[in-house]
Amino acid sequence: MAHDVVVIGGGNAALCAAMTAAEAGASVLILETAPKAYRGGNSRHTRNFRCMHKGPLGPLVDDYSEDEYLADLMKVTAGKTDGDLARLAIRSSEECLPWMQDHGVHFQPSLSGTLSLARTNAFFMGGGKSLVNAYYRTAAKLGIDVLYEAQVTHLELAGDQIAWIDYSHGGEIHRITPKAVVVASGGFQADTEWLTRAWGPAAKNFLIRGTPYNRGVVLADLLDQGVQSVGDADQCHAVAIDGRAPKFDGGIVTRLDCVPFSIVVNKNAERFYDEGEDVWPKRYAIWGRLVAAQPDQVGYVIIDAKSLNLFMPSVFPPLKADTIEDLARQMGLPADRLRSTVDDFNAACGDQTGFHPTELDGVATSGLTPAKTNWARPITEPPFYGYSLRTGVTFTYLGLKVDENAQCSTQDGPIKNLWAAGETMAGSILGQGYLAGFGMTIGTVFGRIAGREAAAHAS
Amino acid sequence: MQADLIQEARRQAEICHACRYCEGYCSVFPALHRERFLTDGDITQLANLCHNCRGCYYACQYTAPHEFDLNLPKALAEVRRNSWESYAWPAPVARKFHTHGGAIAIASVLGFAAMFLAIRLIGSAGGDGFYAAFSHGAMVAIFLPAFFFPLASLAISLKKYWSSVGGTRIDLKSVARAFGMAAEMRDLSGGHGDGCNFEEEDRFSHARRHAHQAILYGFLLCFASTSAGTLMHYFLDMPAPYPLWSLPKLFGIPGGVLLTGGCAWMMSLKLRSDRTLGDGNAWGGDFGFIALLGFVALSGLALYVLGSTAAMPLLLALHLGSVLSFFLLTPFTKMAHGFYRLTALIRDAQQKQA
Ligand SMILES: Cc1cc2nc3c(=O)[nH]c(=O)nc-3n(C[C@H](O)[C@H](O)[C@H](O)COP(=O)(O)OP(=O)(O)OC[C@H]3O[C@@H](n4cnc5c(N)ncnc54)[C@H](O)[C@@H]3O)c2cc1C
Ligand code: SF4
Ligand code: SF4
Repeated sequence: MAHDVVVIGGGNAALCAAMTAAEAGASVLILETAPKAYRGGNSRHTRNFRCMHKGPLGPLVDDYSEDEYLADLMKVTAGKTDGDLARLAIRSSEECLPWMQDHGVHFQPSLSGTLSLARTNAFFMGGGKSLVNAYYRTAAKLGIDVLYEAQVTHLELAGDQIAWIDYSHGGEIHRITPKAVVVASGGFQADTEWLTRAWGPAAKNFLIRGTPYNRGVVLADLLDQGVQSVGDADQCHAVAIDGRAPKFDGGIVTRLDCVPFSIVVNKNAERFYDEGEDVWPKRYAIWGRLVAAQPDQVGYVIIDAKSLNLFMPSVFPPLKADTIEDLARQMGLPADRLRSTVDDFNAACGDQTGFHPTELDGVATSGLTPAKTNWARPITEPPFYGYSLRTGVTFTYLGLKVDENAQCSTQDGPIKNLWAAGETMAGSILGQGYLAGFGMTIGTVFGRIAGREAAAHAS
Repeated sequence: MQADLIQEARRQAEICHACRYCEGYCSVFPALHRERFLTDGDITQLANLCHNCRGCYYACQYTAPHEFDLNLPKALAEVRRNSWESYAWPAPVARKFHTHGGAIAIASVLGFAAMFLAIRLIGSAGGDGFYAAFSHGAMVAIFLPAFFFPLASLAISLKKYWSSVGGTRIDLKSVARAFGMAAEMRDLSGGHGDGCNFEEEDRFSHARRHAHQAILYGFLLCFASTSAGTLMHYFLDMPAPYPLWSLPKLFGIPGGVLLTGGCAWMMSLKLRSDRTLGDGNAWGGDFGFIALLGFVALSGLALYVLGSTAAMPLLLALHLGSVLSFFLLTPFTKMAHGFYRLTALIRDAQQKQA
């Protein structure tokens, strides 16, 4: 059967586009490269969605205005934001929440340990995979066809139109000619070679926090044909995660929240940055880059017994030792160097009576470079604990440039039947930086717009 | 308790601890997140709070083929069954039944045979109705111990459970809260009110909750019927049979219908569910137990309909035989779960207050 609309990808943006197009009367096919068990891309790892609201809405308390939301966004992106598209995403987010509920998503109150987000971010009950499951159920009811293990390899751009799509499935290449196409196949972070080209050899040691299937195949294919892009290939959202995380798909549980209460050294047992610069949610993203700049792209976090219960546990238990020297041995660090780094740090610690784990407490070192400006308490109380840190890439920014209708273009103007949504066009809005929960907002808002436009074009 | 089962459940619970996405589904997760380090007792308590609704399995981004290999419903089901086996008294008996539907069937047949024999040997002391087949005195002589033995056995088991999960002095408020949770089977509604994922992958449905409620309330009505009959017999001097407009019948008939239907429904759901998300070893034992319970109800109804025909003595033997087996097996079969679950809910209510 020939479909009106083909949606490439099987995550949040793709599903929102597909459901919207089907509800507008189009026949829709989803091509998802992952097998069913891994469907849903990075969306299956998410936990919440940032949503503007004028009063209490669903699980959200109080209100969160358009201006406040935009200001938060501007802060994290240092102004590198497309104001118009950002406002469109923010303003539309409010109607998305009830729409999501209507399409099967359940929300829950802010998770324990995330109360600070209760006003701004709506949490999915069961997390992103349950959201994805609910959408697939609704899609089936709407008569949308889904093909798993179907990798799109090429879109033929002929003038201002996509003429056909090639995809591989069951060991064969298939060619189809839908009236309209929505690209929602994410970034390229899982293609280590591409990442290495953009970042240099260091990228080989990066871990990918989400799906191994976002390899940028469609993105590269379209960019090669002159479809307009946005963002730089070396821009990505990266955070510092537990160094023992799997290469792909480690997800949320590999995060490590103990840096503010620790000292962090590189493989030469030297400190390299202020561990106490700010509260962790505001700093975990820069640590991805800091660790990437160290030899072998690895860091080592060291805490002592008094800090063990101050942070959410990681999925991997820490290494444990009664002496700093033994911990150094277990972590493969030069023991004498680590000893002197710890001694220097301890000697620089001052009055700790004001120590407060959840606030900037100003308990700082003196006369030490780099300084530790908050939560500086000496590492003295055995047992000592150690974690390794690596760079974990969340997504890449290089993407397709779209307009307010989610439509793609070439230098010569819009491509009549091609739209993009989600991570693959997020660079159109965010130039750098990231605001928790905004990825799902972009996917939901622009997925729905793309679905609407594609269906209108097809009818 | 089997250390390997506890260890596997702990491994998985620690992943959940770092994730928390499932916090809203049931009582297990808030309890899990309350403790940073989970003792064996904590794991046992979590296992008895879980009722295998599978919401957290289908929602989990770490299920196989992912290397973290999460399957919390299964891990907790295995610890749960193992805890019942370990705390049961006498313990060797429990190991026979939880995992063997066949053993339950054999026990039932033995129950029937015992009743046939009893009817043959003791027979009637010249009473009316059912007592024409089997004297009231003989029934009491058999069923009184058969009723009190399981209660005593369960009491011993629950006491062991209570101390293993670190329970403190029982307070009325916690008990009331636990009964409230159980009466509604709130946890089976999935936290969002759309039910659980049981018979058709990740589709939410109330089927299991409703089937379970039919069984629970059917059972309680049947129990009320028997109790009413006993009271009427002893205190009002009104022996059976009872007319339609009497308490035993008014409780018994709807109770029997609910219980029969509930068990049949539950069996059909169980046949459709994915066995790898539960304790694979206990499947047969659970199924056999539900079948036995359904048979108790069905034979009771049959007795009501055909009580005045020639089939009565045979039906009576079958019914009383199944009731006897059911009572005696209570501490060693799935039936025990209700008692453990209530106890776990009381403990949970205590911990929430602490
Ligand atoms: C661990 C983690 C946690 C996160 N938490 C949050 C959060 O809480 N809130 C939030 O807003 N954002 C979060 N994000 C970011 C968020 O995941 C993304 O912004 C969002 O999921 C993007 O959705 P998408 O549909 O564009 O891409 P995806 O969900 O990644 O979907 C892309 C899809 O395309 C498919 N695909 C790729 N190539 C092809 C091809 N050639 N042919 C066919 N199909 C293809 C993939 O298999 C996949 O199904 C998180 C990311 C990670 C990694
Ligand atoms: S079952 Fe999976 S998704 Fe749910 S809390 Fe545990 S690890 Fe997270
Ligand atoms: S199976 Fe259901 S009851 Fe058990 S832990 Fe998971 S969500 Fe809770």
